[in-house]
Amino acid sequence: MMKSKPDEEDYWNSSKFKAFTFDDEDDEFSRLKESKQAVNSIRRLVEEDDDEDDVEKVSWSGEPVGSISWSVRETAASNQRTDREPAFPKINADTPTFMCSHTSSVSAGKTKTGSFQFSDSLSDSSVRLYAPELRKPKSEYKDYVSDWSPEETVHRMQQGKAVSLEKFRSLQDKLLLLDFSISAHDGNVITAVTLFTITFTVLFRELESRQTALRHFIHYLTETRDQRLLLELLRALGRTEDIALLQYKEHLSIADENKRRDFLKSCLSLPFSPEDSAHVQDHYTLLERQIIIEATDRQAERGGKVEIFQKFPRRASILNMPLITTLYYCCFYHYTESEGTYSSPLNVRQTFRISEKQFFVTALAARAKLKAWVDVDALFTSRNWLGFTRKKSPLGFHRVVDILQKNSAPTQVLQEYVGLVDDAELRISLAQKHKCHDIIINTYRDLKDRQQLLGYRGKVERGSVEERKINELHVFVLSRDESAEQLAADNQTARGHRLMMCETGVSFYL
Amino acid sequence: MAHSARRDSPELPDFSLLKRLARDQLIYLLEQLPGKKDLFIEADLMSPLDRIANVSTLKQHEVDKLYKVEYKPVISTSDQLCFLIRPRIQTVKWICDVVNADKAAGKFRRYKLIFTPQKFYACEAVLEEQGIFGDVTTDEWAFYLLPLDDDIISLELPEFFRDNFLAGDQRWVRTAGSTLHLLHSIYGPFSKIYGIGRCSKMAYESWREQVEEGETKARQAEIGNVFLIDRDVDFVTPLCSQVVYEGLVDDIFRIKCGCVEFGPDVTSSDKSMKVMLNSQDKVFNEIRNEHFSNVFGFLSQKARNLQTAYDKRRGMDIKQMKTFVSEELKGLKQEHRLLSLHIGASESIMKKKTKQDFQELLKTEHSLLEGFEIRECISFIEEHINRQVSMIESLRLLCLLSITENGLLPKDYRSLKAQYLQSYGVDHLLTFANLRQLGLLVEQQPGETLTVMESKVGKLVNDKTAGKLTDAFSSLAKKSNFRALSKKLNLVPKSDEEYDLRVPRDMAYIFSGAYIPLSCKLIEQVLERDGWTGLEEVTRLLNGHEFAHSDRAKNDAQRIVLVMFLGGCTFSEISALRFLGRERGYKFIVVTTAITNSSRLIEALLDNHV
Repeated sequence: MMKSKPDEEDYWNSSKFKAFTFDDEDDEFSRLKESKQAVNSIRRLVEEDDDEDDVEKVSWSGEPVGSISWSVRETAASNQRTDREPAFPKINADTPTFMCSHTSSVSAGKTKTGSFQFSDSLSDSSVRLYAPELRKPKSEYKDYVSDWSPEETVHRMQQGKAVSLEKFRSLQDKLLLLDFSISAHDGNVITAVTLFTITFTVLFRELESRQTALRHFIHYLTETRDQRLLLELLRALGRTEDIALLQYKEHLSIADENKRRDFLKSCLSLPFSPEDSAHVQDHYTLLERQIIIEATDRQAERGGKVEIFQKFPRRASILNMPLITTLYYCCFYHYTESEGTYSSPLNVRQTFRISEKQFFVTALAARAKLKAWVDVDALFTSRNWLGFTRKKSPLGFHRVVDILQKNSAPTQVLQEYVGLVDDAELRISLAQKHKCHDIIINTYRDLKDRQQLLGYRGKVERGSVEERKINELHVFVLSRDESAEQLAADNQTARGHRLMMCETGVSFYL
Repeated sequence: MAHSARRDSPELPDFSLLKRLARDQLIYLLEQLPGKKDLFIEADLMSPLDRIANVSTLKQHEVDKLYKVEYKPVISTSDQLCFLIRPRIQTVKWICDVVNADKAAGKFRRYKLIFTPQKFYACEAVLEEQGIFGDVTTDEWAFYLLPLDDDIISLELPEFFRDNFLAGDQRWVRTAGSTLHLLHSIYGPFSKIYGIGRCSKMAYESWREQVEEGETKARQAEIGNVFLIDRDVDFVTPLCSQVVYEGLVDDIFRIKCGCVEFGPDVTSSDKSMKVMLNSQDKVFNEIRNEHFSNVFGFLSQKARNLQTAYDKRRGMDIKQMKTFVSEELKGLKQEHRLLSLHIGASESIMKKKTKQDFQELLKTEHSLLEGFEIRECISFIEEHINRQVSMIESLRLLCLLSITENGLLPKDYRSLKAQYLQSYGVDHLLTFANLRQLGLLVEQQPGETLTVMESKVGKLVNDKTAGKLTDAFSSLAKKSNFRALSKKLNLVPKSDEEYDLRVPRDMAYIFSGAYIPLSCKLIEQVLERDGWTGLEEVTRLLNGHEFAHSDRAKNDAQRIVLVMFLGGCTFSEISALRFLGRERGYKFIVVTTAITNSSRLIEALLDNHV
């Protein structure tokens, strides 16, 4: 990319290229703010002589007036105003589907195989009136008699031309047709031929050696939500794990929590992998527990006697929430409960084998949200063998600070944890972000970075405690430096004396 | 910022013709149902439709009311209903419900289903099964291609990705072939076609067949070369965070059909605003391909220039003022509007990114790409999960870890999966099954026995008689071999060198100099070598399916290259190709099944809902 604008080059600082970071609030961001101000200042100017000629007409929803999306919304709105939704007579709800009728019994003579005809121009003459085919090649009128070879049939199907599959009745013919469709790579035709071919469960095994056709069939059954046939197919293929997952998936459509729990219980015996089996067990146990907790807490909330529910009303039910959300909830509302109750955080932790770090993170966030700083503090405290307390965390202290800050901890609390960040550079940047002046000053002191320290004096408020501290430090360091020099000088003389003494001693002894 | 392109850079063909064709065909179809009718439009067809027609076009052809398909009972009083839909079984089933409800109520109406871009036999099977096959008429609206910009054309088929790569359903292969056929017959003949990937190869064959079926007229070619690429050839690139302006805007605000909705925080007013983002927007056009760090500088400069231009007004006499108002003011006002929008957007992006520790996230991504400090990356991801930060983001990082490392160690896989399920719900067992099936998130397999078997069987692919045999073995999931590919193609520049993002030296600038997108690197290499010669090791690592066919002698449009992404492409990739084009004197036209990004990619694979 070639930059050829001299004025642009002028604009840029000539200093060495500085890496851009998204944390870089100071520099780039403030520049952006300036430009925004500049642009906003002209806004008034623009608006005063705004004749709207180049402004798109936009409706209340932001859609340009006259657009299709806008118009659709208009219809919807007007309909809401006038009409009531009529009841929807659902007819097809329990009509057995066509695929099922094929598979349920081989002897049922009413299979539609013969009439499975992919032509719309033939089936109904009235159709032609409204939907003449758009592009009709001359060759098409040639022959409607179904004497096409399997290859030609597939080819015609690809082009959307009329074919008849009636003549493919023997297993051999059907499979030949299927194989031709597979080698044509056209998924649309593969699905169509598979649907026509696989009319009996007996033929499932033929699909096993035709994975492409199988995948199309499975996808079709998934889309039509033909769960029963799909399971039958997977069973015939011995794909046990898929069966387990497919059945497990059904729980998503069960709204009632008790029914869902019971369903999950029935899933426990499904042939999952050992690992997934444990996860499903957890899912069941969790929902069972959530139902109990929900019932108790709802009552407690309604009763109006428990303070925490009064102070922090629950925003949503805990049902069907992930485990960690549940743990958070328990840390929030049931922190001090003994391990014996279902809602005790310690009990949850033990039952679901939650790692120390995970438990720590969640409890920290929950207690910080409540501004229970004593609890927060206690999470870190451990005693070493001498009985001294010190702060320990399974999580880096910079993350701790982040969590606390996201829960709007006051600077005083933040400061304590920022000070515990090991890496000096990280500590300074965090301290700057959260305005913990003491830490910055102390760190510069420890790093003996006079320049930075004095530079920072310009950033704190004039006449503030911080400024005084910097001044004091600076004077202290200076005076200490001076006294050190003095001391060194003194030492020099002292050593001279000793030497002299020695010498005199030596001479004395001599 | 303005880039001086190479002098010999050719002009792009005019794609507005595609819009006109689509509109004319729609009108023709609407006229097939004479008289007043209500039109039901599939929700995700509304924006594309808006780009080619408007309400008055439809009204002129006796469309009375417009509705969105919402799977609810219809309340229309019209005696003719027309449905403009995608060939989806769920939609067809809903129409069956509508028709059957009318029947039960003794209401007589005419129904017409217009499938776009084509109909599927499976949809007709549903019509037949629900007993309404003869009661409705069906038609196809061959609306294959929607030009989103001068150099971007979309099929607007996001489901292509999941259908093709996860379910292994090849229903869209013919569609892709027809798309090529359409482009070929208007802007061709192409002189050379390259490609890589299973689906690309099948689409190529489908196109060839269609060419042979019809007659071709000799014409002045406007497109020279074509490159087809499957999304699963390169999953790494779309999983990375985007840091080029257009990509960032897409990641954060979601660009839909070339249009973005900026909320009140951007517009600094109380309402949201929909904005078209394309080369017509002069401000956007200059920053869209820039690394985000360059955007501020550009916008400040622009703001200053604008100020100066306005200031000129002071001290003008009446006559000068008159010229100013008639000639300059309109342009300035337009620029002002755009400038304040993009400044607002940049500000909002900056705020969001600072909040979520973006810098650290990028560092982790770069380490993964480099294969450096993997344990630290894993613990970063773990903390992400533990703290329940975005469900999608965590999954994205897990996938990135898995593909760059060729799978996770079994111990890590189990532990991370367990923690993920704890944080975001056990339902995601199904999501994990999908990701494993696709090869995006897998356990490392001990030994290489399977690969040997696969490569042996792979040789038989072209043998028709062996079709059944290969099918049984060709798993959809493939090994990524990212590390080896990265070394072979120099995708990760040495990290100790400084990279000046203002003066990019290669396509890596779209990822802050940390990584050259694999997809674009392949395109560059193949164009340079005029084929796959010398890239044998690379194609082997990519699991083959590469091809190159010369069609005819070189034409004048040699430097116009059409790249078709099957399964979606990202704005970052488009920016990288534009950069490559400027460097080498090409003009790229990107055709994609849909614009994608990491969130869309991951969301397409979620299965924790009904």
